[in-house]
Amino acid sequence: MSEELLEIKNLSTSFRIVDDYYAAVDDVTLSVRKNEILAIVGESGSGKSALAFSIMGLHTRAKIDGQIKYKGHDIVTMSPAALNKLRGQEMSMIFQDPLSALNPLMIIGSQIEEVLILHDSKLSKKQRKEKVIDLLNKVGISRPEHTYQQYPHELSGGMRQRVVIAIAIANSPKLLIADEPTTALDVTIQLQILELIKRLKNDMEAGIILITHDLGVVSEMADRVAVMYAGQIVEIADIFTLTSNPKHPYTRSLLNSIPTVKEEKSRLHVIQGIVPPLQNLPRKGCRFSARTPWIPEWEHEENPQLHEVAPGHFVRCTCHYNFHFPDTSEEASHNGTS
Amino acid sequence: MGLLEVKNLKVHFPIHGGIFRKVVGEVKAVDNVSFTIEAGQTYGLVGESGSGKTTTGRAIIGLNSITSGSVIFEGQDLALKGVRKQKNIRKDIQMIFQDPYSSLNPKKRVLDIIAEPLRNFEKMSPGEEKRRVQELLLQVGLSPENILKYPHEFSGGQRQRIGIARAIALKPKLIIADEPVSALDVSVQAQVLNFMQDIQKELNLTFLFISHDLGIIRHMCDHIGIMYKGRHVEQGTAKDIFDNPRHIYTKRLIAAIPDIDPKQREKQTEFRKSVSMEYEQAHRNYFDEQGMPYPLKSISETHLVALPEKG
Repeated sequence: MSEELLEIKNLSTSFRIVDDYYAAVDDVTLSVRKNEILAIVGESGSGKSALAFSIMGLHTRAKIDGQIKYKGHDIVTMSPAALNKLRGQEMSMIFQDPLSALNPLMIIGSQIEEVLILHDSKLSKKQRKEKVIDLLNKVGISRPEHTYQQYPHELSGGMRQRVVIAIAIANSPKLLIADEPTTALDVTIQLQILELIKRLKNDMEAGIILITHDLGVVSEMADRVAVMYAGQIVEIADIFTLTSNPKHPYTRSLLNSIPTVKEEKSRLHVIQGIVPPLQNLPRKGCRFSARTPWIPEWEHEENPQLHEVAPGHFVRCTCHYNFHFPDTSEEASHNGTS
Repeated sequence: MGLLEVKNLKVHFPIHGGIFRKVVGEVKAVDNVSFTIEAGQTYGLVGESGSGKTTTGRAIIGLNSITSGSVIFEGQDLALKGVRKQKNIRKDIQMIFQDPYSSLNPKKRVLDIIAEPLRNFEKMSPGEEKRRVQELLLQVGLSPENILKYPHEFSGGQRQRIGIARAIALKPKLIIADEPVSALDVSVQAQVLNFMQDIQKELNLTFLFISHDLGIIRHMCDHIGIMYKGRHVEQGTAKDIFDNPRHIYTKRLIAAIPDIDPKQREKQTEFRKSVSMEYEQAHRNYFDEQGMPYPLKSISETHLVALPEKG
């Protein structure tokens, strides 16, 4: 198992609300290998971004329990100085919104150079510029010398996202976390960015964590997928298993609720109710049970754990064994009350 | 004859420059767009950001002024001066906005938000008004006790339903929905889309559905128009567009959609390669010297494609 780049064990990230701590990430265990794209899927409020920020050590006020081991070193207990060295060099992050991730007052060139100065001070000024131009080339910007001198507002959304990616890969990180890298972009641009990320994975043999809510993007990109709901991982499997044989009710509901170009669905499946807010999360029992009221209580586990149903395929709770979707008439009547 | 007929619609925005802010040029946001929507149907406008789809919708409802062309709604041309002053026309066309977080006034109660159009157009006593708002809330699947709550007390999907309740308050005939679900999570998205289909049947509504998501467009629309640089490149039924796309831009757009089946990855990559090859090689056959699409030409009864004059 020497290929494991990142190992997370029983990670909980809690935030203080009024007088109590509430876990936004609850008991997450997963690993990322070299040259692998692990996708984390979930709706807003599922804790996927909180998980990414925990890995990067970007939470300043959160209480973090458990282990996050990067190449055997525990990030949770690491000193800020050591962590700073790791961040940007060994692991880096592509942020969601390219407009707010860039400094509007700095030219693109200096923003990328900044990362190089911080982590690789041996380079001369000229070498740095050469490296920046090279990076801009790598992310597919056609006139790098020109872009070097430009400000972020002069670039389109897709170009900005490329610059953000250039910053993230400036020091050839071994672990790259991409938090919704294409949400703000058009489909054709999205495709280009996704292909770029795939190419980078192959070139650098990096491990990539791709956080997204778009199952289409996941199917195109991922090797393995972790589905998160209300702070917990409810299912992990390789992408082929997850799409052809999804087990957990939440995964199945999600797959059923997206309209696709390929098949015509007369009606989309609706997951009843809403993701409960952090303070009101049920701390006992199956967290998804409130949204599948037609499943009797005895189907759920009292204290749901991840079970390995097939090699590498983990599902939380036992409620998936006899899970079925409600018939349409039932669904319609429930809709009216939500 | 359709409920709405848009003919050669142009919306140009002036560019000001120089010391005296003189008009130095114009942006042709919408350039010669024509389409017809039959009553009770859904027409989908698709395109990337900047293609002019939102401007088209806003011009129809009167939020952008029309440079030239006509927008004929039930036989009356909305582009003519004074026509829009008629109250019934303004009642008949309503809009659902993209972002349910910014399109509802946070200082107003749900009652006031939904009753606002009623207060503008219908004389109702406060009691009647309250009853009507409660009815509308029920219709969009929210509990009638909610009338005294404020928007922040609702989730995204619920807010979008409040927006829909406001749009249907005056029993409109045409609703322009500008990316109504793009700000929502997938499961909530499904809820709102299903619900829009339900009220369409119930109230015999006609939708102009604006979106960049081709999956949603296919699910919702009878007829589809693909826009690029302010013009239509292709127009037809959902079947025409998805099963038999003819313009290279449409093909490229369809090829770019992520496939939900990971087993298709290699096939999809091949398909994309061939489309992008065609896009590069045959660019000339589809776009004129300025890179603009040609005028539409019909290739079947329902299917129109922007191709050059000869072949």
